[in-house]
Amino acid sequence: MSGQSYAPIARPPLQAVAAPNDGWKMLLKKEVLRFWRVAFQTIAAPVLTAVLYLMIFGHVLSDRVQVYPGVGYVAFLVPGLVMMAVLQNAFANSASSLVQSKIMGNLVFTLLTPLSARDWFIAYVGAAIARGLLVGLGVYLVTLLYAPPRVASLPWVLAFALLGAALMGALGLLAGLWADKFDQMAVFQNFIVMPMTFLAGVFYSIHSLPGIWQRLSHLNPFFYMIDGLRYGFFGVSDVSPWLSLGVAGSALLAVSALTMYLLNTGYKLRG
Amino acid sequence: MLPAISFQSVSKVYPASGKPGSTPLQALDDVSFDIQQGEFFGLLGPNGAGKTTLISILAGLTRASSGHAKVYGFDVQNDFAQARRHLGIVPQELVFDPFFTVREALRFQSGYFGLHKNDDWIDELLTGLGLADKAKANMRQLSGGMKRRVLVAQALVHRPPVIVLDEPTAGVDVELRQTLWQFVDQLNRQGHTVLLTTHYLEEAEALCQRIAMLKRGQVIALERTSTLLANAAASVLHFKTDSTLPPALAAQARVTGRIVELPAYAADDVERHLSALREAGVRVEDLEIRKADLEDVFLKMMGATPEAPPPAGRADLAEAEA
Repeated sequence: MSGQSYAPIARPPLQAVAAPNDGWKMLLKKEVLRFWRVAFQTIAAPVLTAVLYLMIFGHVLSDRVQVYPGVGYVAFLVPGLVMMAVLQNAFANSASSLVQSKIMGNLVFTLLTPLSARDWFIAYVGAAIARGLLVGLGVYLVTLLYAPPRVASLPWVLAFALLGAALMGALGLLAGLWADKFDQMAVFQNFIVMPMTFLAGVFYSIHSLPGIWQRLSHLNPFFYMIDGLRYGFFGVSDVSPWLSLGVAGSALLAVSALTMYLLNTGYKLRG
Repeated sequence: MLPAISFQSVSKVYPASGKPGSTPLQALDDVSFDIQQGEFFGLLGPNGAGKTTLISILAGLTRASSGHAKVYGFDVQNDFAQARRHLGIVPQELVFDPFFTVREALRFQSGYFGLHKNDDWIDELLTGLGLADKAKANMRQLSGGMKRRVLVAQALVHRPPVIVLDEPTAGVDVELRQTLWQFVDQLNRQGHTVLLTTHYLEEAEALCQRIAMLKRGQVIALERTSTLLANAAASVLHFKTDSTLPPALAAQARVTGRIVELPAYAADDVERHLSALREAGVRVEDLEIRKADLEDVFLKMMGATPEAPPPAGRADLAEAEA
């Protein structure tokens, strides 16, 4: 085939425009804007849900339950609800964004760019952290109407909120990579995230559980995040905050490593 | 000078799906060719020939089972960031992000390449592609043709030296086709390399300096467009009839409804065809002799095998790869 020896055309050669490898900043911005554009759905609605939990459980149980000495039940609920909101929304953000982009086909715009696995991870998890913390802050501010402000240690509060949001953002990214449709993502959300959050002591102290359930609760990493945040609020918790920090940090490292591996291999992204 | 695009022994086998009776699919089989900087290159083939797989490998959307693809010398797997900086791809599917406006979509795409202050070029793209008045419109509000224009703009937003257009005019109106080809032709004149896949063979004939034809994953032709045309029949005898053709003519005729086209390599062939028609008592209408075009070459190269159906008639080309 003579076409193999085609002579080059005499024109000045073009080169790609030189630019810094900081495309993750724009992906992060886009992911934040994506949830901000539908803030009623992504921020206001989960805040309202958490407040409804507080009103209903607080009203029903406030006279019957006292978990920690000097801490009313409504006040006890606040950190659990804040952490639940942080965890669920951080997960939902990265998972739903990725699955939606896969289903609509617009993920191709990101796949065609020089963005690396690390860039994807930073942007998706960063946006998940932003949404998780925004919703958590919203829940906390609204609960001030029902319980007096109480923060024993702001660094612990921030550490666990950040850690929880990052862990769930990474887990959401993992779920988004695995799921090909919303139904599969719902499996993750409703059969893993939701039960593990509810069974992690949002509404109770695990000390009120029978022995076997107490031991099982210790296998749930969500318990350590909620308990750790509760330590930040009240200065007391079911287990040492350092243990909680270690477990939550290890879970974050493990989930991040798996997610990065899948991103690097192009799992379900590149055929 | 480095080739703009280089395919080196690229093969792709899709594994069996796991369903009973499914077998591995050889989508590409040892494909090798280079596209030089500044070329306007056409990649043609029937549905399932492997065109989109080849482009997906170039884009990094699919991994080759063996072989290498390079853009400006950068391997699309090992040096993907540099390869993609040199490459702008207009995907075949009409996809968009429903959360954002046209300008936002372009700014994001530009930013992914590290180009954060690129509004001058974005404005130029919007104007050149007739999108200036749609810059603030949400992507959901655009017609199919407008969405296609945005896809083109997104592919060009980082000023890639190499532009890949995968069926860019499938299902779009004449105005967009003209706007798009004027714009792409201008870019090619500025030195951009263009790789085009299309079912509109008259577009490929008019635009492409060189053409590769794929059939069942293999390159079966790689020539200058002019050489391909020169090797084809010089002329085509074109007429309409309601009669049945004699077997000898039917074997070499292309029949579309009432329209019959017979290849004629020399003036004698025309005479022979006409006398065969007369002897068979075939009544013909609207008889004319036209020059052979790329469609004739394409059909000749592909043959009339069931696995390689000819491209759709010109009227229904838009539906060919829907």
